[in-house]
Amino acid sequence: MVAVSPEHSGPAPHWDRAPRAWRLTVLLALALVAISAASLAVGAAGTMPWTVLADMAAGREIALADRVVLFEIRLPRLAMGALVGAALAVSGAVMQGLFRNPLADPALVGISAGAGLGAISAIVLGGLLPAAIAGALGYYLVPLAAFAGAWAMTLLLYGIATRRGRTSIATMLLGGIALGALAGALSGILVYMADDAQLRDLTFWQLGSLAGATWTKLAAAAPLMILALVAAPMLGRGLNGLALGEAAAAHVGIPVQRLKTVAVLTVAGATGAAVAVSGGIGFVGIVVPHLLRLATGPDHRPLLVNAALLGAALLIGADMIARSLIAPAELPIGIVTAILGGPVFLWILLRRRGLLEI
Amino acid sequence: MIRPLVALTVAVLAALPAGAAERVVSLGGAVTEIVAALGEADRLVGRDTTSSWPEAVTALPDLGYVRGLSAEGVLSVAPDLILAEEGAGPPEAVDLLKSATIPFVEVPDGYDREAVVAKIETVADALGVPEKGALLAADVGRALDAAVAQAAEGPARRVLFVLSVQGGRLLAGGRDTAADGIIRLAGGVNAVTGFEGYKPLTDEAVTRAAPDVILMMSRAGAEDLEAEVLALPAVRTTPAAARGALVSMDGLYLLGFGPRTAQAVRDLAAALDRAGS
Repeated sequence: MVAVSPEHSGPAPHWDRAPRAWRLTVLLALALVAISAASLAVGAAGTMPWTVLADMAAGREIALADRVVLFEIRLPRLAMGALVGAALAVSGAVMQGLFRNPLADPALVGISAGAGLGAISAIVLGGLLPAAIAGALGYYLVPLAAFAGAWAMTLLLYGIATRRGRTSIATMLLGGIALGALAGALSGILVYMADDAQLRDLTFWQLGSLAGATWTKLAAAAPLMILALVAAPMLGRGLNGLALGEAAAAHVGIPVQRLKTVAVLTVAGATGAAVAVSGGIGFVGIVVPHLLRLATGPDHRPLLVNAALLGAALLIGADMIARSLIAPAELPIGIVTAILGGPVFLWILLRRRGLLEI
Repeated sequence: MIRPLVALTVAVLAALPAGAAERVVSLGGAVTEIVAALGEADRLVGRDTTSSWPEAVTALPDLGYVRGLSAEGVLSVAPDLILAEEGAGPPEAVDLLKSATIPFVEVPDGYDREAVVAKIETVADALGVPEKGALLAADVGRALDAAVAQAAEGPARRVLFVLSVQGGRLLAGGRDTAADGIIRLAGGVNAVTGFEGYKPLTDEAVTRAAPDVILMMSRAGAEDLEAEVLALPAVRTTPAAARGALVSMDGLYLLGFGPRTAQAVRDLAAALDRAGS
């Protein structure tokens, strides 16, 4: 998973003078391109992208089913997987930098619980909405509610933790745990009210899936994720400074309060949009930044770029597994990320404690 | 699947109306049963997980759970008609399938005699065999009427349908459920009518419901579960526990509301009589 660059001896070409982390960026970008191409070629239907493209170039007629599979199913799903994976990994990395804690991620401070509460409310109570509203929203009701839940939770947290223009990170963490528990309890009440079919829908949503990827949904969710992915690398220097502590960071001229505000809003937007369109996909936000820090150290500037690339590649890969393991049916992707992420996380942990030699 | 002789196949193909679907995907256990009862099972190329009857259909590719389908998975069997029970999804997958211009027929749900007849007619029309559909619907309707009339002669038992047991709490079938429908047809009375759908019951609600019989879906190795249910403190206070009156039946057979429902009504009515006395 993690590339380790060979240490050359002899005359050093220009390539070797680039820091390892940025060399890894190039490798990850190449891996992302390769896995994207593979993802377009893998699926239950035997559609092959190159034949379709060749046929299009030659002006030949393409079977409708092939066109739908490639352009309406696999391609939006690939884009969605890349964006969601990148958004989750970058959100995790920013959170960990902000809280100076390698275990922080949007799930820990309750943002994911807020999104979950929104989604569950829509699934269980959606029937109570006036038909006109429910009809207009169609199946965007659940994503919208999830997004609203993530934002409401973030703003509430931010409000609780901010006094006289200063945001207390510790208060935010503890407040997030409390609010997350509360959101979980409210979700529990709704689960109790849910009927059999709603419970099924809920389970599918909680396990996460990219199956609902459509161009329309992507267009609605992509801007926020892209915004976060563009904004995040700009936070790199600030987060590096924050690692020294808030006072020290302020001394070296980092606008600490503005950094916190931007970081929180970025994470809320990216996580809210990602959870809204794909449900509960766990582990990406913790495992990806962690692996990268192990490989190339704690510098946030390359880390935030690499996290986006590795997160995207990882989720596209996981989605390929989800789509092909029990084809023509498919697994929820959250199961795949947890099965891959759990053991990897344990391995990292045990290796660091010196309990494993591999 | 037993493949008919080539000559017969040719004859059947010739007899089919022009443009009839030849590669049918059936989603929903009862829908698949109806396709088979119409004698059209050889046109099926895919099914969902809940389609387990007749035995032969289990050899078809399984496209997943009926509410969690994969659009590409369904397209991969190259269907030219999709028959789906109400509630098949997710909606995104269904919309994608419709955008691939594959005819998508939703078969309405319901838990009474009319619903069974309507399902059969919908499926038969979609398959382009309305005459067969009319015959089957008439047969099934007659059989149901007879079964219901016979079931009504016995004493009306109070029946509690238990969908599952979680942590000692019963998930029971209330109003507007297949369980409620089949209990009525079999001449019983649903012991819980205070809510719609399937809900967990508190211990006291179980006691107050005072069922004569507890009805469950049979599962492999469920003998322990049956004993466990009868041993629950809340259940021990009921007339059902005093007699050990617990009936288990196959879920699709009992709750499918398809061609086998008349027989299911007879079986259930007989079981309720036995268990309640």
